[in-house]
Parts: sequence; structure tokens; C-alpha cells
Amino acid sequence: MYNFEFEKPATIADAVAALGAEDAQALGGGQTLLPTMKQRLAMPTKLVSLSGIGEMQGVCSNNDGSLSIGGATTHATVAAEAAAQYPALADLASHIGDPAVRNRGTIGGSLANNDPAACYPAAALGSGATIVTNAREIAADDYFQGLFTTALEEGEIITGVRFPVPEAANYQKFLQPASRFALVGVFVAKFADGVRVAVTGASEDGVFRWSEAEQALSASFSPEAVNGLQVDPANMMGDIHGTKEYRAHLIGVLTKRAVAAAS
Amino acid sequence: MTKVSMTVNGKPASGEVEGRTLLSSFLREDLGLTGTHVGCDTSQCGACVVHVNGKAVKSCTMLAAEADGAEVSTIEGQAAPDGTLNAIQQAFQDHHGLQCGFCTPGMVMSAAALLKDNPKPTEAEVRAYLEGNICRCTGYHNIVKAIMAASGQDVSAIAAE
Repeated sequence: MYNFEFEKPATIADAVAALGAEDAQALGGGQTLLPTMKQRLAMPTKLVSLSGIGEMQGVCSNNDGSLSIGGATTHATVAAEAAAQYPALADLASHIGDPAVRNRGTIGGSLANNDPAACYPAAALGSGATIVTNAREIAADDYFQGLFTTALEEGEIITGVRFPVPEAANYQKFLQPASRFALVGVFVAKFADGVRVAVTGASEDGVFRWSEAEQALSASFSPEAVNGLQVDPANMMGDIHGTKEYRAHLIGVLTKRAVAAAS
Repeated sequence: MTKVSMTVNGKPASGEVEGRTLLSSFLREDLGLTGTHVGCDTSQCGACVVHVNGKAVKSCTMLAAEADGAEVSTIEGQAAPDGTLNAIQQAFQDHHGLQCGFCTPGMVMSAAALLKDNPKPTEAEVRAYLEGNICRCTGYHNIVKAIMAASGQDVSAIAAE
């Protein structure tokens, strides 16, 4: 990879200042960014590591029952520390990549990258989470804006994510066996005021909510409620691992499995 | 260049590195610890797994500068100073858990991380934990068997031969 300057600040304020340099880039766990840089697909002049910022680490419960996770918290830590309050989220975190990747990769890094086949975007959108940055709070519904595209401004850091904890939830991932990303992943969350269904891995526009299924499941939270519903294959991704039609079909199958596992 | 200092296998180690220097490169090229192997350099194969502050990581996908101040353990630190193999290494030998041996350092380091968190894993748990460690010689059976044996469990009923 091209060389760069490395900086590891201890506070959010210092990180924001360091990211003010031209072509500076924040570094989470580096599990996507470093391979990308090895391929010379990115060439930042400076990497600002977020791993030394104590205020961006860990999982904690809020008084309103929601769960706050620091942006630099690793998948392994979420898997361990969110298990009691939000088991579906912890389970999702415990199946990202492999154990060594989970010891480095972070929730903030995953959400900032917004890979169209990543797991965390489905959890954040499916839970109606709030993305907290150094500058503002962004609702998940406004945050995800297409492939590798988010509402983040240049130099803006995800300092944390706040998850409302649903009554029941489940994530079903159909593995792309080589990459271990989701060929299709569906996150279903049942709240007192309705059900949210978020789909990753499938759409050409990245993670999205399947609103027809949400309406049907809000009326009746059972796998059968999804019978007869079909996502339009036209906007799905199609590749050697699965056609558009196959992915569209999997969304229905995985949604039913998620509902069955959650209820 | 940045100065980095860390503890590697219990001994202090330091050097001057570029921003882009990977932990695997620092270990192999600066410290001469070539037991950490770089198989794919794309964080898939796991031959480069080492422990950083007790956690298994892929050293080809971590910057050396990120390990400044850390405790790092590599395959070279697993045997006793007199060369006596540790329980996992001995089990790999006893159960023929390697063929060419290229993936073995990463397998042993991943196994050590697993057994630290989960001293008596099931066979399924061992297989799941090794999903980021790839062996191209064999069929994983004897690797799994060795790790089960290293955990003190009876492996006579495991079909792998």
C-alpha cells in the first residue's frame, strides 16, 4: 500500500482535529480499510486511528432501556457485552467475519463503510437506531444512502450508536461462503408500535426496509403473514453467487425464519 | 517513521516503522520472528494470527503502529525456553495435525485463543472457531482432533484419521 502518516489520538476532539488534514481518513479496526489500501484502491495521506479513544469504547444501558455502543467497540465486545440486553444484536455481531476479524473490526467502522452486504447496517436500520457522531445525531432511516454511501460528512466520526431494544428480534444471514458476508441478511425487530424489517446483501441500493412485510407483520407477527409477499427482483444484485430472482426469493425465506426464531 | 515499542513473547521489542508497516512485517522483517506466516495477505487465511493483548488478530491486517505498547504473543513464544512443546503443539504432533505446516502457526495461535475462552469446546465449536484459518493440505479433521485432545478431552470417538 502507499505510505501515509499515522496518528493515534486519545480523545474525540483530537481525532476530529487530526481529520482536518487534507485526504486524512479515520481508521476503525482496519478490517476493510487495510485490505482496500493494499489493493491501492484508497490512498489517504494520513490515517487517524480511533482505537485509542476510551470514550468510544464499550456497551452501556441507558435509563430509557436503549443500548449505547461506542463507535470503536469491536464486534467481539458487542457479542459479549450486548448479549444480556439485546441478544439478537449480540448474535449478529458474533457471526461477522471470523474470530480474529471480530477482535479488530468495529461497529463504527462497519456503519461508516456501509458495505451493501455487511451485517450491522441491517441491525441499525432494523432497530431504528440512532447514529451518534461528533457533530450530531442521525436517525438510521436518514443515515444509509446507497452503496458505501452515508450521511456522514467529510471528517465526521461515528462516536457511538444508540439502539432501542425491541420486544423480540432476530437476524438471519445466508452466508456467501467465501467472503462470509451476507448473500442476503434479514433483520426483523418487533416493537410495541410495529415491526421493522431491514434487508442487507440483496439490493443494488444497499440496506433497505421491506415495508410490505413490516405492515403485514405489524398486523400479525407470524411467518405466514409474509406469504404471498414478494420483493421486486428488478433492483436486486445479481452475480455468480445468486441471481436477482434468487436474492429476492431468499428475502422472503429469511424473513419467515427470522420471525419464527424471534417469536 | 514512527518509533514503536511493544512486548513480544515477554521480551521488550522496539523499532522504527513506516505508517504502512504491518504488524506481520514488523514481526518477520524487523524482529526476525518468521514463524508468523503470511499466506494470503488479504486477512482470509489466518496463517498470520498472533495475540495482541490476549486477543487473536490477523497480523497482516493490523498496523505495527497500532500495536505500540501492546503485549504480543507469536508462535515462537509458545514452547518452553528449553524447546518443550506446549500442550497444543504437542497435540498437533501426536495427532498429525499438520502436513506441510504452513498454516500451523496460525492454527496453534487460534487454538490457544479458543481454549483460553472456552477450555472444553465441542467439536462443532472448534470447527466454527477455525473458520478464519485455512489449511490447503488436509481436511481439518486432525487439526480439530488435536485441539480437542489439547483441551484434555477424549478424542478416541472422533472419526478423523
